[in-house]
Amino acid sequence: MSSADGTLLDLYRRMLRIRFFEEQVNDLYTSAKMPGLAHLYIGEEAVAVGVCTALRDNDYITSTHRGHGHCLAKGAAVDRMFAELLGKEAGYCRGKGGSMHIAEQEKGNLGANAIVAGSAGIATGAALSAKKRGTDQVAACFFGEGALGQGVLYECMNMASLWNLPVVYVCENNMYNEYTHYRETTAGDIAARAEAFGIPVQDGDGQDVRNVYEVSAIAVARARAGDGPSFLHFRTYRQRGHHVGDIDRAYYRSKDEERQWAEDRDPVKILGQAMIREGAADAAALDRIEEEVRTEIAEGVKFALDAPYPQPEEVTTDVYA
Amino acid sequence: MSMPEQAVAERQLTMAEAVREALAEEMRRDVCVFVMGEDVAEAGTPFKVLKGLVDEFGPERVMDTPISEAGFTGIGLGAAMTGMRPVVDIMFGDFLFLALDQIANQAAKVRYMSGGKLSAPLVIRTTLGATRRSAAQHSQSLHALVSHIPGLKVALPSTPYDAKGLMKTAIRDDNPVVIFEDKMMFAVKGAVPLEDYTIPFGQADVKRSGDDITLVATSSMVYVALSAADLLAQQGISAEVIDPRTTVPLDTETLVASVVKTGRAIVIDEGYQSYGVTGEIASIISDQAFYHLDAPVKRMGAMDVPIPFSPALEDLTVPTPEKVAELAAKLCRKGS
Repeated sequence: MSSADGTLLDLYRRMLRIRFFEEQVNDLYTSAKMPGLAHLYIGEEAVAVGVCTALRDNDYITSTHRGHGHCLAKGAAVDRMFAELLGKEAGYCRGKGGSMHIAEQEKGNLGANAIVAGSAGIATGAALSAKKRGTDQVAACFFGEGALGQGVLYECMNMASLWNLPVVYVCENNMYNEYTHYRETTAGDIAARAEAFGIPVQDGDGQDVRNVYEVSAIAVARARAGDGPSFLHFRTYRQRGHHVGDIDRAYYRSKDEERQWAEDRDPVKILGQAMIREGAADAAALDRIEEEVRTEIAEGVKFALDAPYPQPEEVTTDVYA
Repeated sequence: MSMPEQAVAERQLTMAEAVREALAEEMRRDVCVFVMGEDVAEAGTPFKVLKGLVDEFGPERVMDTPISEAGFTGIGLGAAMTGMRPVVDIMFGDFLFLALDQIANQAAKVRYMSGGKLSAPLVIRTTLGATRRSAAQHSQSLHALVSHIPGLKVALPSTPYDAKGLMKTAIRDDNPVVIFEDKMMFAVKGAVPLEDYTIPFGQADVKRSGDDITLVATSSMVYVALSAADLLAQQGISAEVIDPRTTVPLDTETLVASVVKTGRAIVIDEGYQSYGVTGEIASIISDQAFYHLDAPVKRMGAMDVPIPFSPALEDLTVPTPEKVAELAAKLCRKGS
């Protein structure tokens, strides 16, 4: 990655877009304008943005129930994202997928997935497909540390290693499997699990987008060169609850811990402060970006709120069996 | 039989040969088609159905996998979503349970859930059928399970001709198809024409015409029904045997038309009887042919027990020609 101002500012803008998007989702949800479930990505923005910056448009990603950040980072537009979250026809899935299932084939997004580790096969299969078709596409498989409990992930990693597939497994370790600390659910050493399959593991600081990018770029280049899969382990933090309704969290983590991560380890603040410190941007430039992103988000929400719901006949559209 | 007349004189293939020929022809026609599964390459599967395929197409297109049904079904799905046309081989239908998330939560839903943007031209090839003395975890007929899930097409060939034609249709379909072959029928022979043909899904086949009772039968049970029809003929009862060939989509029109003609029906299927294919089809017939019925629509599925090992017990769990004929004769007596 170039450390030119433009690129860093772009990373900043893209993280901020996710941050403001998610804050807006929180508002929509708590004001009963959004149905269903909302799992916010606030605090983890650097992972999606850093990884996706290392990918090309025609590379693949698969995402998770906490997937808004991945989808935006891979290039989804705010207005159609909001429309999908509100169940509107203009949404990426015509309102039929919702928050947990946004897919955008044109940008290589093979879909967010509401089954934990459910997309390990899809991402690995996309990598197999790229290899078979002789392209140099790469697939990035996002999952949380909760997915480490699912056997299918290991089945897929085994085959990815055996067949030398261009896939990057991206473990976003936000420390909580829903409401349970991962130390209560995850025995041994996480890295050792991937290393057992002969897959190289790289740890990264999930709050530092530049670090995420650098680590990802190596793994992506390795995959693209035909040197096989990698496993990236990013330590990060889910600043909000498992979902918007998870407000009383004292029984599984302390307010001190939350405050610490939000104040000292916030990925957006970390990049903003670094740019100012290093002279890559001034406060005015960051304010300008903030203003522009707020406008983009406001317009996107308005678009989605005004958009029509699907017609009843949509319920049987794309039904073939 | 709907088989073209000119084909009748043609060569005979076993069910296994017909399946293999379908796969080979489709792999020659389309480089995107490949096979993956446990022991599919040099071993050609334990049933030797794929024997020799790897010699022509190589291990890149006939891929041996680890014993990881969920993993390789998911990988097949990902490949299907990105331009390939995999045929995923699940050795025993019983192992579908290991891959059900990938099949039912992922493959079946990807098109609808993405608003039509993504699709999964994925074929899952697997087996069904008891009486192989393989006990409770290698003998089940689980097609009702996948037929229940919106988003999956389900095919059940009962002849070599149907096996080849349905497999080709499955591979060319842009949506997921689960195709079940009876592992006891791989040696069954039948006429298969040389020329390319496909069999459209949702077209039942009248395997034998008759006037007094309709025997709707799937897969292995088609032979049970045909044998029952022979027994019935000796008693002067004319049975029509209809094979739906696909449970999803289901050719209700042909089934109902037959029962409107005969006034009686038994649905015979090797899946567990409760909550199964027999119940669904019997319900459709009862609903749509009600005013033409001379007797209640009967169901004969596999007995609702874990399939026992002992031959003395296992044979009791599956419908037999004698039992079908007995029930059919009873229905015809009552109705006449």
